[in-house]
Amino acid sequence: MKEEKFFLIEELLKIQEENELHYIPEDKILEIAKKTGRSPADIHSVISFYPRLSDKPRGKYLIRVCENLPCHLEGAQEVVDAIKDFLGIDFGQSTPDKKFYLERTSCLGLCTAAPVILINNVPYGNLTPEKVVEVLKEYMGGDND
Amino acid sequence: MIDFKVIGEPVILKNARKICPNDIEKCIEAGRYGALKRALKEMSPEDVIEEVKKSQLRGRGGAGFPTGLKFELAAKEKSDKKYVVVNGEEGEPGTFKDRIIMEDSPHLLIEGTILAGYAIGADEGIICVRCDYIKAIKRLRKAIADAYNMGILGKNIFGTDFSFDITIERGAGAYVCGEETALLEMLEGKRGEPRKKPPFPPQKGLYGKPTVVNNVETLANLPFIISEGADRFLEFGIDGSHGTKLFSLSGDIEWKGLIEIPFGATIKEIIELAGGVKDGKKLKAVILGGVSGTLVRYDEVDISVDYHSLGVIEAGPGCGTIIVLDETRDIVDVTENIMEFFRTESCGKCRPCSLGTVSLCNLIHRIKEGNGTEEDLKKIEKISIGMRKASFCGLGQTAPNILYQSIQKFRDEWLAHVRGGKNDRD
Ligand SMILES: NC(=O)C1=CN([C@@H]2O[C@H](COP(=O)(O)OP(=O)(O)OC[C@H]3O[C@@H](n4cnc5c(N)ncnc54)[C@H](O)[C@@H]3O)[C@@H](O)[C@H]2O)C=CC1
Ligand SMILES: Cc1cc2nc3c(=O)[nH]c(=O)nc-3n(C[C@H](O)[C@H](O)[C@H](O)COP(=O)(O)O)c2cc1C
Ligand code: SF4
Ligand code: FES
Repeated sequence: MKEEKFFLIEELLKIQEENELHYIPEDKILEIAKKTGRSPADIHSVISFYPRLSDKPRGKYLIRVCENLPCHLEGAQEVVDAIKDFLGIDFGQSTPDKKFYLERTSCLGLCTAAPVILINNVPYGNLTPEKVVEVLKEYMGGDND
Repeated sequence: MIDFKVIGEPVILKNARKICPNDIEKCIEAGRYGALKRALKEMSPEDVIEEVKKSQLRGRGGAGFPTGLKFELAAKEKSDKKYVVVNGEEGEPGTFKDRIIMEDSPHLLIEGTILAGYAIGADEGIICVRCDYIKAIKRLRKAIADAYNMGILGKNIFGTDFSFDITIERGAGAYVCGEETALLEMLEGKRGEPRKKPPFPPQKGLYGKPTVVNNVETLANLPFIISEGADRFLEFGIDGSHGTKLFSLSGDIEWKGLIEIPFGATIKEIIELAGGVKDGKKLKAVILGGVSGTLVRYDEVDISVDYHSLGVIEAGPGCGTIIVLDETRDIVDVTENIMEFFRTESCGKCRPCSLGTVSLCNLIHRIKEGNGTEEDLKKIEKISIGMRKASFCGLGQTAPNILYQSIQKFRDEWLAHVRGGKNDRD
């Protein structure tokens, strides 16, 4: 098997996946900067370009909601409102205990099950406001890792 | 899991889900890598290019560029290093065809990628898959490892002097990174902002080296063309549009999923195959080729899906996406959603797109809220035309497509909104 090449985006994704709060901490950015001979500001600028990367802590459970057309047609808006209502947060916010973080995502290619959300990459489809609250309640209760 | 249907004989979905994608031996038994073996042992790279040219295969990523010609351009370049980059970024809302190929037929894609590499004289392929496609990535990783173990990847494939490596790189979710030069920037570890074209990637691509960037579905056609021959491939479809096309169906339709059909079926037939409009409602329009594509009105759907016929209504099959809208849908609401998408995804590099998408969103909001004027409609048209002409890349150039056409094709509805009324077609 061929030796893995160094791809910056892949490295950043890996770092983020290892982090409890789904972000790339400053010390790792410094490490990457050193390794690549680039400035930390440059690495931050790359991170800020990509919707899936974050240099700020998000939450233990990263909730991503798709609002693109096929999901929109099936009532994504009502699902989003239900999530915001239930958790008391808006897009780009986490709950005070850092347990949930809510953000938008573009189409996930799961449009046949619209509307769709992901919680830490686990998809939940064919949602209604009632169903999504049930799902969230499960995550509130115990550990769903 | 996404359902799929096949109409007629399939090229792409032939063994999908019949043979476990995790079992390379079963795949080989069913004929996988036969085309590669044949190419490496019996054909020169030029022969492969000739066969692809003869098949008239065109890019399935949306733009429909002749694949054989692209290979020829890259093959002609003199360079110590060349690359094949597989575009599996698939970000067009409503599109999931490449995802299904990667999940269910990873070896088909790998075989196509190696064939492309052999044709252009590359020794390295990089498959870029958006990071959200977790199952596809898992399957591809296993398939690549298995192919190495069987001597199908790596040094001296099938004992010939051709060597080829494949790696996977994940994309971090920017829609614009599906644009081939933005994709190359991402691979180089930079912000994924598109480059100026020309030079096109076959001349100057990854790290400045000759590179062919191809869509997943495009490459998945190559094994058939090489093993069965271009003449067989030409039997599929109609004059000028050969082979089959995958269509991702979603929206207000009874059956949602993936369909493989030969070119030449009509949009109406495709909708009927999928059980028609949901809940027996009437059709309002079809968004063809994704939200950057074309708005096909209810009275236009009797048109054949091929490059020529669709050209008549200034459309194209695009990446093969069909989003169905029923009679109850409000066109202003639909276009608002689409423009919000482009506003979010605009990379900010050029002003026509970064400012244009914001202005268009503001105008649509205003009209939707009942505060718009006919003057606003004119503004929308003017900005749309400006963006199409002046935007730096395909994102900005195509972003106003559906909006602009909706004003042409559903003018009454827009006017009703402007006058504070509601959706009142017929
Ligand atoms: N699959 C998806 O998720 C999406 C697909 N699209 C599609 O992308 C299309 C636009 O793609 P672009 O790459 O901007 O179109 P393009 O027309 O610039 O290029 C198409 C392909 O042909 C090649 N090419 C064109 N002229 C060439 C030349 N003179 N020499 C060598 N190679 C040449 C390009 O390198 C590229 O690979 C749209 O039609 C849209 O349908 C857009 C968004 C998402
Ligand atoms: C904004 C934008 C997004 C694109 N996204 C994709 C994509 O996700 N997948 C893809 O194959 N092509 C995409 N394309 C088209 C590519 O730039 C390029 O034309 C294609 O990968 C070439 O492959 P093909 O000739 O096999 O179709 C996109 C183009 C634009 C302008
Ligand atoms: S058209 Fe839009 S996406 Fe393309 S370069 Fe300009 S700002 Fe970026
Ligand atoms: S539109 Fe939401 S998953 Fe495709």
